[in-house]
Amino acid sequence: MIEASSITKTFGRLRALDEFSASLQPGHAYSLIGPNGSGKTTFIKCLLGTVIPDSGKLTLSGESLLNNPALRARIGYMPQIGRYPDNMRVAQLFDLLGEIREGSHCGRDEDLMQAFEIDKIASKPMRTLSGGTRQRVSACLAFLFNPDVLVLDEPTAGLDPVSVEVLKEKVISERKKGKLVLLTSHILSDLDEITTDVMFLMEGRLRFSRPIDDLRAETGEEKLGKLIAGLMKGTDQRGAKAP
Amino acid sequence: MTPRIIKHVLRDILRSRIAVAYTLFLFVAAMGLFNIGGDVSKGLVSILSVVLMIVPLMSLVFATIHFYNSYEFIELLSAQPLERRTILLGEYFGVATALSAAFLIGIGVPVLLYDRSTTGACIIAAGLLLTFVFVAIAFLGAVCTRDKARGMGVALLLWFFFALLFDGIVLFILFTFQDYPLEKATIALVALNPIDLARTFVLLQMDVSALMGMTGAVMQEFLGTALGVSYTLGVLMLWVIAPLLLALRVFRRKDL
Repeated sequence: MIEASSITKTFGRLRALDEFSASLQPGHAYSLIGPNGSGKTTFIKCLLGTVIPDSGKLTLSGESLLNNPALRARIGYMPQIGRYPDNMRVAQLFDLLGEIREGSHCGRDEDLMQAFEIDKIASKPMRTLSGGTRQRVSACLAFLFNPDVLVLDEPTAGLDPVSVEVLKEKVISERKKGKLVLLTSHILSDLDEITTDVMFLMEGRLRFSRPIDDLRAETGEEKLGKLIAGLMKGTDQRGAKAP
Repeated sequence: MTPRIIKHVLRDILRSRIAVAYTLFLFVAAMGLFNIGGDVSKGLVSILSVVLMIVPLMSLVFATIHFYNSYEFIELLSAQPLERRTILLGEYFGVATALSAAFLIGIGVPVLLYDRSTTGACIIAAGLLLTFVFVAIAFLGAVCTRDKARGMGVALLLWFFFALLFDGIVLFILFTFQDYPLEKATIALVALNPIDLARTFVLLQMDVSALMGMTGAVMQEFLGTALGVSYTLGVLMLWVIAPLLLALRVFRRKDL
């Protein structure tokens, strides 16, 4: 569904993405994993159109995502830090996003809004909300317009355990409906249950993208965190052996 | 789609304390200046000086702070099915309209109360134009500068240049080359500074040649009042459009 081919993005001397290629299929939940500065955020931002790649192709169902804002109606995004205009009320934020997406979405999905009881805080200004509550608002906005692709950047950071469980269940059920989910998180254990595939990035390249069950079977590790640590060591050794 | 974003940005800013404080400050200053001298036309001249200093400063600083504070929100908007141009224009007109509304109430109401002359109307027009000019310049600066502290520095430097330094440079040029006929050069130099343009524009309406300064007198002599007014207004409009177009160009390719 999403195809990235030889995407390169440089910031000054830093090559954030270096001939990055990947293929993502619907019905899978991909966890983007890699050391700091490996290009995870840059890839997500290219997908969302907030960073413009220097070269390469990026398509969603065969249509180019570059220079094509209308296609972003099919993507839902939950940012890592949700900062909104201070005096905007919660209901107004939903109104604004609703107006922007008007006519370009297929039905509204208000499950999360109900689960997170957004109507109770609807009249509060955004600046009065706690970090966790703001994350809940961000999560609702990502799912609200029933997008085909969900990009969740550190979705569990700042959320209380109950909300994390609600969000996880929602992610699983949406994936089972055939949506594509793309996740990043530093707290790997949080993603164990919802990830189906691991994408491992290093130095701006995709090292591998494999089903998590295969990796488990291969390494014998149950927990994603240990598994990844093992893999990173593995790559290091491989790197050291290379001439 | 732009009007809808303008509406939300506008509503957000009008509820902020800073917008209210700005309105109150202008209002109190204008009322005070009208009452101190007891003479309405003296009051207008003082108000003009305040407007020429404060409006550019407030527009630059407020618009710059607003842009950096809205950075994450702009990022979220740019991940929506929206053109970059729509987002920046929405933010620009939201900020410029909010500051214009504050200015209209703060200066417009006292002027309407004490003085209903053309000069008063011209001061209001000049203040509104300056607001749109300097919000555009602030957006250009903010779009080009990634770091918030540096962006604020750029905004303050620009104000310092246009409000204080530029006149010094012009005076220096005029004194250095005083043996040559510089009238036309002066008219061209004025076009490089929106604050001078606004000042000349208002002074051309006033019957106080003594206050007009070199530029005003030269312009009246060479262009006449009518042509002088259209010249200053036209170039001021260019000062709105050019920075805005440049900002849009940079923002279209900007990595957020």
